[in-house]
Amino acid sequence: MRMMKLTAGALVAYAALGGTAAMAQTELTMWYHGAGNEVELTLINQLIDDFNASQSDWSVSIESFPQESYNDSVVAAALAGNLPDIIDVDGPVMPNWAWSGYMQPLTIDESLIEDFLPGTKGIWDGQLYSIGLWDAAVALVTRQSTLDALGLRTPTLEEPWNLEEFMAALEAAKASGDYEYAFDPGMAWTGEWYPYAFSPFLQSFGGDLVDRSTYQSADGVLNGEAAIAFGEWWQSLFAEGYAPGTSQDPADRDTGLIDGKYAFSWNGNWAALGALAAHEDTLFLPAPDFGNGSVIGAASWQFGISSTSEHPEGAAAFIEFALQDEYLAAFSNGIGLIPATPSAAAMTENYAEGGAMSVFFDLSAEQALVRPVTPGYVVAAKVFEKALADIANGADVIDTLDAAVDEIDADIESNSGYGH
Amino acid sequence: MASSLKNPDRTGWAFALPGTVLILTFIVIPFFFAFALSMTNQRLISPNPTEYVGLKNYRDLLGLAVVTLEPERDDSGAVVIDDDGEIVYPRLRTITRSDDYPQYRGMREWFRWQSGEDARIVIASDVVFMKALVNTLLFVLVVAPVQGGLALVLALLINQRLRGINIFRTIYFMPVVVSIVVVSLLWRFIYDGSDGLLNNVLSWITFGAFQPVDWLGNTETALGAIMAMSIWQAVGFHMVIWLSGLQTISPTLYEAAAIEGASKWQTFRYVTWPGLRHTAVLVLIVITMQAFALFAQIDVMTSGGPLDSTQTVVFQAVERGYGKQDISGGSTISVILFVIVLTISLIQRYLTREK
Repeated sequence: MRMMKLTAGALVAYAALGGTAAMAQTELTMWYHGAGNEVELTLINQLIDDFNASQSDWSVSIESFPQESYNDSVVAAALAGNLPDIIDVDGPVMPNWAWSGYMQPLTIDESLIEDFLPGTKGIWDGQLYSIGLWDAAVALVTRQSTLDALGLRTPTLEEPWNLEEFMAALEAAKASGDYEYAFDPGMAWTGEWYPYAFSPFLQSFGGDLVDRSTYQSADGVLNGEAAIAFGEWWQSLFAEGYAPGTSQDPADRDTGLIDGKYAFSWNGNWAALGALAAHEDTLFLPAPDFGNGSVIGAASWQFGISSTSEHPEGAAAFIEFALQDEYLAAFSNGIGLIPATPSAAAMTENYAEGGAMSVFFDLSAEQALVRPVTPGYVVAAKVFEKALADIANGADVIDTLDAAVDEIDADIESNSGYGH
Repeated sequence: MASSLKNPDRTGWAFALPGTVLILTFIVIPFFFAFALSMTNQRLISPNPTEYVGLKNYRDLLGLAVVTLEPERDDSGAVVIDDDGEIVYPRLRTITRSDDYPQYRGMREWFRWQSGEDARIVIASDVVFMKALVNTLLFVLVVAPVQGGLALVLALLINQRLRGINIFRTIYFMPVVVSIVVVSLLWRFIYDGSDGLLNNVLSWITFGAFQPVDWLGNTETALGAIMAMSIWQAVGFHMVIWLSGLQTISPTLYEAAAIEGASKWQTFRYVTWPGLRHTAVLVLIVITMQAFALFAQIDVMTSGGPLDSTQTVVFQAVERGYGKQDISGGSTISVILFVIVLTISLIQRYLTREK
């Protein structure tokens, strides 16, 4: 049945596109999450045109989806058995799709990705499934004038702020009375932002979402002493009025730092160009070290091959083609992403040595930690998001973390250990 | 073909066919699917085979127990009292996470009360679902009478021959035709805690005496705020149903009442209200069912927060089935909701039957 549908789909695609594509080229389909972003669409279309023109075996055609509904579309297509050949996948979600059988291992020339940032490589079960042209990074954003006014030292990669210094900085900002809130963690951005941006805090305290030695339980890591210390600190940010809570206005999240409502903001490289355009003295500081080193999240969108693709060699050829520095740099220049290799970084405006955002490349290389590489991450992320929102709203820290552990463990159990 | 249409039976079936097929395909069959799935451990996507698990999903959702916590005692055996004068109890996790009580593993406190020196605690396997159930029932209990009543008042107001009455009809009906997602987004701005419209208006009419309230960020006001907005949004729809009921009442009855010298209230009580009987049953049942299905407002405005104060049953079904990829859990919630709504509808039918 599935084969029949696929064949029928292929026939339709062939009939629809056969007129325009050169007859010798085999048709490959690709799905991408970037609909709605014009610059991104131009970039990806340019990449595909270049690839199609560069050889005569394959011809890639693309379909773009809005990011919010992209994952749902892939899941639905997988259930219905009509995935495209090439898909793009968010890094932490990849193990779930690989384990579920939507994706096949990616066989490309390994020398091509030697220099790639670790967060760009999607590895599950010892095999490469996906590779990203870029990574993303988060930094503590503020302004030099803010640091000067509050009399704070500038933290560096070698010597980031520790917990006391960070809290002293927030206290100074609060005491100055110049800001609505001292620190904007970005509570208005619900969804993947919470685990992506805030689980590194937990990891810096010494906890984690799940025990990474076995991936079978969160007991002891998400409700152990380190995690409880993290939870209490997290709650104090809101209880003591340092940070705006879950009902933060999304508009304030976008422009609060620029408008001077917040002294510090926890924000990604994608917002950096706007902040720099507004204030030249904008600084991107490394994450504070809460005891176990500074940590930020790694892995962004990556390319992989669907399990139902009949031409994985063609799909791999396209992905290899896309990994050229020229395209890495183009995406970086176009939408502010961190290029995956140092050589590509050198070709960009912002990430080249001394570039305005080069600090993000160093952050990504030095502090980045991928989110737990397990199919169960998808559920653990949701549970973590709710636990953090509840703690911010005043829920009992220990009970909330216990409940999160129970839910994550029950999910792992009902999925028979997620194949670890 | 033409001759077969002369057969009234066949014609009837032919007309009913499209609707029947659609209802079967999209409502009846999926319901039986949901019932079957709720007995399994089906995931949204998983390479593991589906297994029959019996009533486990129901136990995981509805499991309740009462435990007793004895107060902490100091060395002399006296009860420990904290600075606020409250008795100090050990944490509940000393029971729920202890190996001595495997039957309570994974359960959480729902609410507690004090009995003598001891604390009695109701623990639930799924506290969030319990809160969702309570919130949903509360929502129905408030919205059904208030929305129905308000709609009737509006219907009476616009059931007059006045110049420009259609303008009012349009205004009252407008929120109904706007997508609920759009309405929810707009009300998120209205309810904004610092510079929202509602706070600004309240502070303006009280000459600044009103302190801004974070309507959606406060556990005490969040559900009420969503109720108010939901009532406002759908009231126009029910107003139109009431209006159609009002217009079926024969004018001769009103004339007769006027000749008899009935007051306005008497006219309403003895002419209008009895004439609206069937409409009232319809409006009540429709509002109840719609209120149980509360989802979009929650999804857009609060995601169930703060602290589960706006969790609802349908939101939980979607969150679990799709967000957490647990189709069997989501199906179980749907089946439970179906049973509740069916029971309430049957009770309403019974109470409002023709005597």
